[in-house]
Amino acid sequence: MTTNAAGRPGTHGAILEDTPPDGEGPVVELRGAGKSYGNIRALHGVDLAVHSGRVTCVLGDNGAGKSTLIKIISGLHQHSEGEFLVDGAPVRFSTPREALDKGIAAVYQDLATVPLMPVWRNFFLGSEMTKGPWPVRRLDIARMKRTADEELRNMGIVLDDLEQPIGTLSGGQRQCVAIARAVHFGARVLILDEPTAALGVKQSGVVLKYIAAARDRGLGVIFITHNPHHAYMVGDHFSVLRLGTLELSADRSEVSLEELTNHMAGGAELAALKHELAQVRGVDVDGLPEERDLTATTTTAPTAPAAPAESATSAAPVLPAPEGK
Amino acid sequence: MSQQAAPAVGTPPAPGSGQRDGRTARRPPALRLLARPEVGVFLGAVAVLVFFLVAAPSVRQGSSMATILYQSSTIGIMALPVALLMIGGEFDLSAGVAVITSALTASMLSYQLTLNVWAGVIVALVVSLGVGAFNGWMLVKTGLPSFLVTLGTFLILQGVNLAVTKLVTGNVATDDISNMDGFDQAKALFASSFDVGGVQVKITVVWWLVFAAIATWVLLRTKYGNWVFAVGGNKDSARAVGVPVAFTKITLFMLVGFGAWFVGMHQLFSFNTVQSGEGVGQELIYIAAAVIGGCLLTGGYGSAVGPVFGAFMFGMVNQGIVYAGWNPDWFKAFLGVMLLGAVLINLWVQRTATRR
Ligand SMILES: Nc1ncnc2c1ncn2[C@@H]1O[C@H](COP(=O)(O)OP(=O)(O)OP(=O)(O)O)[C@@H](O)[C@H]1O
Ligand SMILES: [Mg+2]
Repeated sequence: MTTNAAGRPGTHGAILEDTPPDGEGPVVELRGAGKSYGNIRALHGVDLAVHSGRVTCVLGDNGAGKSTLIKIISGLHQHSEGEFLVDGAPVRFSTPREALDKGIAAVYQDLATVPLMPVWRNFFLGSEMTKGPWPVRRLDIARMKRTADEELRNMGIVLDDLEQPIGTLSGGQRQCVAIARAVHFGARVLILDEPTAALGVKQSGVVLKYIAAARDRGLGVIFITHNPHHAYMVGDHFSVLRLGTLELSADRSEVSLEELTNHMAGGAELAALKHELAQVRGVDVDGLPEERDLTATTTTAPTAPAAPAESATSAAPVLPAPEGK
Repeated sequence: MSQQAAPAVGTPPAPGSGQRDGRTARRPPALRLLARPEVGVFLGAVAVLVFFLVAAPSVRQGSSMATILYQSSTIGIMALPVALLMIGGEFDLSAGVAVITSALTASMLSYQLTLNVWAGVIVALVVSLGVGAFNGWMLVKTGLPSFLVTLGTFLILQGVNLAVTKLVTGNVATDDISNMDGFDQAKALFASSFDVGGVQVKITVVWWLVFAAIATWVLLRTKYGNWVFAVGGNKDSARAVGVPVAFTKITLFMLVGFGAWFVGMHQLFSFNTVQSGEGVGQELIYIAAAVIGGCLLTGGYGSAVGPVFGAFMFGMVNQGIVYAGWNPDWFKAFLGVMLLGAVLINLWVQRTATRR
C-alpha cells in the first residue's frame, strides 16, 4: 500500500517492484471469460486486455454485464468460465485484497463507502497508515487526515470536517472520495465503474483528467461509462458489451464516436442520442464529429433494428427519422 | 454549491489547505460532544447514581459503592466484547451460557483428572475461543444471521452444560476445587480483593476498566478497530476495499469467547463450584448494557466507553434497589424501563446532535 504523504494528483500510486516494463503484453487479460449467477449467465466469452498506459473503455446497456466484468478483475466475484491472467499468469482472486495487493484498485458503482464512518477513515479503509512497533502499532491519524484532505482538494472537493460521517455528504461527493481513494491506491490498474454518473460537470472533468493522468504515468485504466463522449475523450480501446457478450472490441483508430454510439444503442434510442449529441456539441475537444457528419451517418447506421417510428421521431423532432425501418 | 470559490475553468482546483467550504457553521463543542455515542449513557448513569444516592442513603458508603462496582464489573467485562461484536454488526446469544461452559470445563477437567487448576483454566480458554471461532466461522461460511447461528449455539451449550455435568459429576453442580493445586494463584488473578482506604474492592473492577481502556484504544486507534466499524457499517463495501471481513467477524466472536472465559474463571474461583444451569438470560443483559451504552443494534456505530456506563447503570440499579429496601422483584421491570429510556434518549441526542 502506498504511504507517501505528499504529492500532486496522479503521482501517488506506488509502482510495485515487479511491474513489467511497458509494452510487454497486457497487465490484466481476460480470455473467453464468463460468469453465471446461478442460472443467470451475466457474462460469456469476453476477451479484454488492459495494457499499461492505456485506457480501456467498457460500454453497454444497463444489465449488459459491465459491473460483473470488472468485479471479476477486482476480485469481488470469480469467473466461472474462461481465463483471467495478470502479467500473463492465470489467477483467481478470492478477495479484493488479493487484487489490491497486485495493484488493482476499483471504484464500484454500488459499493463505495461505509456511511457512518468519518471521511478520512473511509478514505484509508483497508489500507490504513500505521506507525509504531507491533503491540502498540496504531493509526497515523494526522498523516491520514492530511493526505485525504490533500487528495480531496485535488479533486475540487473541499470539506470542512473530515471527521463527519461520510453518509452526510452528497452522493457525488461520496463518489469523489471513492475515486480519490482508488487513484491514491491503484498502483497498476485503476478500474472505474461509471464514476461520472453522479458527478457535476466540473467533477466529471476532473475525473477524466485523472484518468488521463493515470494513463500518462503508466497505469492501465478500465473506464466503464454510459457516456460515449466521456469514453471517446480518454479511451484508447473500446469494448461494447451487449447481453453479456462482446459486441465490439476496437482500438480508437478503428472506430469513430458515432460508430461507438451506434453500437451502444439502436433504433429509437439512436435517434434520441443523436439529438442529444447535437445539443452537447462543443463539449468535446477533438474527434467529435460535426452535426452534419452525424446526420450523414444516420443513413448507414448498421445496427438500427426495426423500431416504432413515432417514438423515434417524437424523441428527436429536429432530426430525420433514420432509415432502415 | 460547495466549490463556488474555485475557478470555473482550467486545471483541477487545489485550494490551499486553509480554505474552508464556508457553508457548515462549526457546530458548538457541546453539541459535538453530545454526538459521541457514550455521552447519552454517561448522563443516564449520573442520573441513576444521583437518584439512588438520594433514595438509598446506604449507597453513599464506600463498601456499598465497591459492591455496586463489583456487580457492574461482572456484567461490564462481558458487555465490552459484546459491544465490539455489536459494532461489528453481530450478536451473540450464546454469550451467557458460554460463561458457564468455560467455568464447567476448567472445573471438571481439573477435578476429574486431578490436574493443576491452571491446566483446566488454559483448556477452558481454548474451548471458549473455539466456541467463538465456531460461531464466527458458521456465520461467515453460511451467511446466516448471527441471531440464528448463536441461538443454535446457545441451545447446544445449554444442553451440553447440563448433560455433561450430570454425566461426569452425577450432580447439577461441579465439585469444590478450592483445595486443588494452583487454586490460590488463580483466585488471586480472577477473584481476589484489595484494600482501598479500608474498603475491599474486587479485582474484577480493575480488569473491567483495564479491558475497557484497551478496547477503546483498539477501537479508535488501530486498523482492527477501523475494520470493526467497517464490517458493521457496510460489510460489502468493507470487503470491496480490502478489509478482511471474515477474519474480523471471527475474531470478534472469539473476543466474546475470551470475555466468557474470563467471567467464567471469575465465577469458578469466587464460588469454588459451578451450577451447570446458570447463565441463561445473561446474554440479553450484556446486549442491553451495550445498547444502553450507545452501540447501534444494527452495527457500525458505538464505543467501548459507553458499555462501561451501561454496565454501571445495571449494577447500580441492581444493588440500589436492595439498598433502598425495595422488593428486588422489581429489578427486571426497572431495567426494562431503563433500557427503553436510554434508547430513546440516545436516539434523541443523536438526532439533535448530528442533524445537518
Ligand atoms: N449478484 C447478482 N446475482 C444475480 N444476478 C446478478 C447479480 N449481479 C448482476 N446480476 C445480473 O447480471 C446481469 C449483468 O449485471 P451487471 O451489474 O454486470 O450490469 P451492468 O452492465 O453493470 O449494468 P448497469 O449499466 O446498469 O450498471 C444483470 O442481468 C443482472 O441481473
Ligand atoms: Mg453496472
